[in-house]
Amino acid sequence: MTCKNSGCQCDCSAPDFTELAPVMEKYAKTPGSLITILQKAQDIYGYLSMDAINYISEQTGIKPAKIYGVATFYSQFRLKPIGKYLIMLCQGTACHVNGSEMIEEAICEELNISDGETTEDGIFTLNNVACLGCCSLAPVMMIKSADGDETYGNLTKDSVKAVLKEIRAREV
Amino acid sequence: MKVVVGQGSCGVATGAKKTAAEFEKQIKEKGLNISVEKTGCVGTCYLEPIVDIYDDNGEITRYVKVQPDKVSDIVEKHLMGGEAAGDHEISDIDKTFIEKQTRIVLRNCGLIDPENIDEYIATGGYEATKKVVTSMTPDQVIEEIKVSGLRGRGGAGFPTWFKWNAAKASPGKEKYMVCNADEGDPGAFMDRSVLEGDPHSLIEGMIIGGFAMGATEGVIYVRAEYPLAIHRLEIAMAQAREKGFLGKNLFGTDFSFDLRIKAGAGAFVCGEETALIASLEGERGMPRLKPPFPAQKGFWQKPTNINNVETFGNVPWIIANGGAAFAAYGTAQSKGTKVFALAGKIKKGGLVEVPMGLPLKDVIFGIGDGIKNDKEFKAVQMGGPSGGCIPASLIDTPVDYENITKTGAIVGSGGMIVMDETTCMVDMARYFLDFTRKESCGKCNYCRVGTKRMLEILERITIGEGKDGDIELLEELAVKIKDGSMCGLGQTAPNPVLTTIKYFRNEYEDHIYNKKCTAHSCKELLTFTINDKCIGCTLCSKKCPVTAIHGELKKKHEIDQATCIKCGKCEETCKFGAIIRD
Repeated sequence: MTCKNSGCQCDCSAPDFTELAPVMEKYAKTPGSLITILQKAQDIYGYLSMDAINYISEQTGIKPAKIYGVATFYSQFRLKPIGKYLIMLCQGTACHVNGSEMIEEAICEELNISDGETTEDGIFTLNNVACLGCCSLAPVMMIKSADGDETYGNLTKDSVKAVLKEIRAREV
Repeated sequence: MKVVVGQGSCGVATGAKKTAAEFEKQIKEKGLNISVEKTGCVGTCYLEPIVDIYDDNGEITRYVKVQPDKVSDIVEKHLMGGEAAGDHEISDIDKTFIEKQTRIVLRNCGLIDPENIDEYIATGGYEATKKVVTSMTPDQVIEEIKVSGLRGRGGAGFPTWFKWNAAKASPGKEKYMVCNADEGDPGAFMDRSVLEGDPHSLIEGMIIGGFAMGATEGVIYVRAEYPLAIHRLEIAMAQAREKGFLGKNLFGTDFSFDLRIKAGAGAFVCGEETALIASLEGERGMPRLKPPFPAQKGFWQKPTNINNVETFGNVPWIIANGGAAFAAYGTAQSKGTKVFALAGKIKKGGLVEVPMGLPLKDVIFGIGDGIKNDKEFKAVQMGGPSGGCIPASLIDTPVDYENITKTGAIVGSGGMIVMDETTCMVDMARYFLDFTRKESCGKCNYCRVGTKRMLEILERITIGEGKDGDIELLEELAVKIKDGSMCGLGQTAPNPVLTTIKYFRNEYEDHIYNKKCTAHSCKELLTFTINDKCIGCTLCSKKCPVTAIHGELKKKHEIDQATCIKCGKCEETCKFGAIIRD
């Protein structure tokens, strides 16, 4: 990663978007592709940095303000980096009725973070989500990581803590 | 002989993948020549993971709650010994969960491998498409759908034939068929099951609809929270293309049709047609005024028709069996069957497809077997954030569009969240308002600010700071938000509040005037006390995070109410039932 700004004298490492280049090639000039581009960018980098938004703007000709507007409208997009494991805690109606609030408390207690935050060691991020569609197994959470998505159902305070402890033990 | 493991999201969440892997491992170890295959959601979610063993004579034995540790027993007894492993078999009572249903949309779910098009074709799949494109005119297709009486299953219940006809009548060569698979109602999951369990029926429904309205391109807008559904749809579309069911000149005719997937990015308001179209175009999903309707100006300003997954799922069946066969089910105004997602405090949760017009009681008690832990049935929430709560006194209400609307709720997409005596109705209203407030796109003042104001009032009530006049203020705001909002989200957002006030006004009053939560659920209104069952084990006092519990060893303890933060730790800890929650 070297600075791409022409004439730049610094030895800063400006962000490198080579991984995103093929995506841009495919979608940059196709109308209506902004959400798809943002999804792919987030898949690659884990979140949408301001640099990424500016890069997408340069490539597509869409104003950064508009991209920012779209990114903040949809709950899927994140403007901050996330931990290695993203905990998506379902707050759907069935989960609410079956005590998802209690599960949230247990997660917060175990990890010392609240909704939207990342643990200091960068392992976990907690996000409340609307509904994962596994309502008969409420309360439910999905944990996303590089290894794929894992869904856990019929959670109790103890079982959710056990899951988190197991992941943490693997990571340390 | 083959082993089929149900691997919808519910199954996977309970460990179905591990179960399937264990079968594969043991079959290999024992040197057996038996394949392990997958199927989608069977619908009996409370019995997952579910394993069906198909004997060579076609007989199916269903095993339930098959965790990996049960696999060896089934392999030894059934696969090797040829005898059913009775201990793990589905009980006769549980069999009735599906036997009592009438499955049209779910006809293949849990029976075929969704990743294998040949299994779908073997059930008569793509015959309806062939019939339509080779022997019917668009008008004949629309007429057949009209005869069936099929109405949109996404929530509004608008006649499907009418929408198709309007899109067909719109001038223009370029038209779009869109599927709304952005199942946003938190508590509904029938669309996910169809996408995961029978994706070809959706594809077929879209081709037939596309033919009827004159579209050559279709888009499926799926929520990003359903990764497995997207994965299976992609496989299904590729296989359909390979067989020539999608693409150019279907069945050797002039008709061409192809599909693509667009992953949504998480916004409830995108269930509204014009918002969904804005999102498809890469914009913020904000609704616009109608008319023009999407049938006139939709995706890229071209005539567009949008239907939901379940609606499309009915279409191939209707074409194959005739509109009249579909109309034979249901009531005068609400024809056919409807899939309901039964969840909440229900004993047997899952997907239930029944003819329209069946009384609520038959669904909740007849099929769902009543309330968990034998508590008392209090209400059922239907229609999600746009719907309402139907109280126990109306349990005989027939489930169809008209009768459910009369109660103040709506059929909606078919979510049924069952609640018992421990569910606080004010808290339910607060929960839904919190949801709609977050999901309001912000375009209309009444929806943006009004839902926020209503939420603030409800929050105050649930923490014991409700005031005289709050209920009336909520009612006044509700009416104004309904009148002052442009789209369905705002127009229906107050429904959960209005129905809970209508049927459970006493609970609101208890919160406001007596500072009591009847369901003992609102934390701030609780008091914890210790009764005579206390043996003085001191466990609760050790667990109390604020040391509010005092007492000597082997003597009854006391809770200092001024210090207590009502966290409930003592209640969880106590082994003697000595902590009273009031």
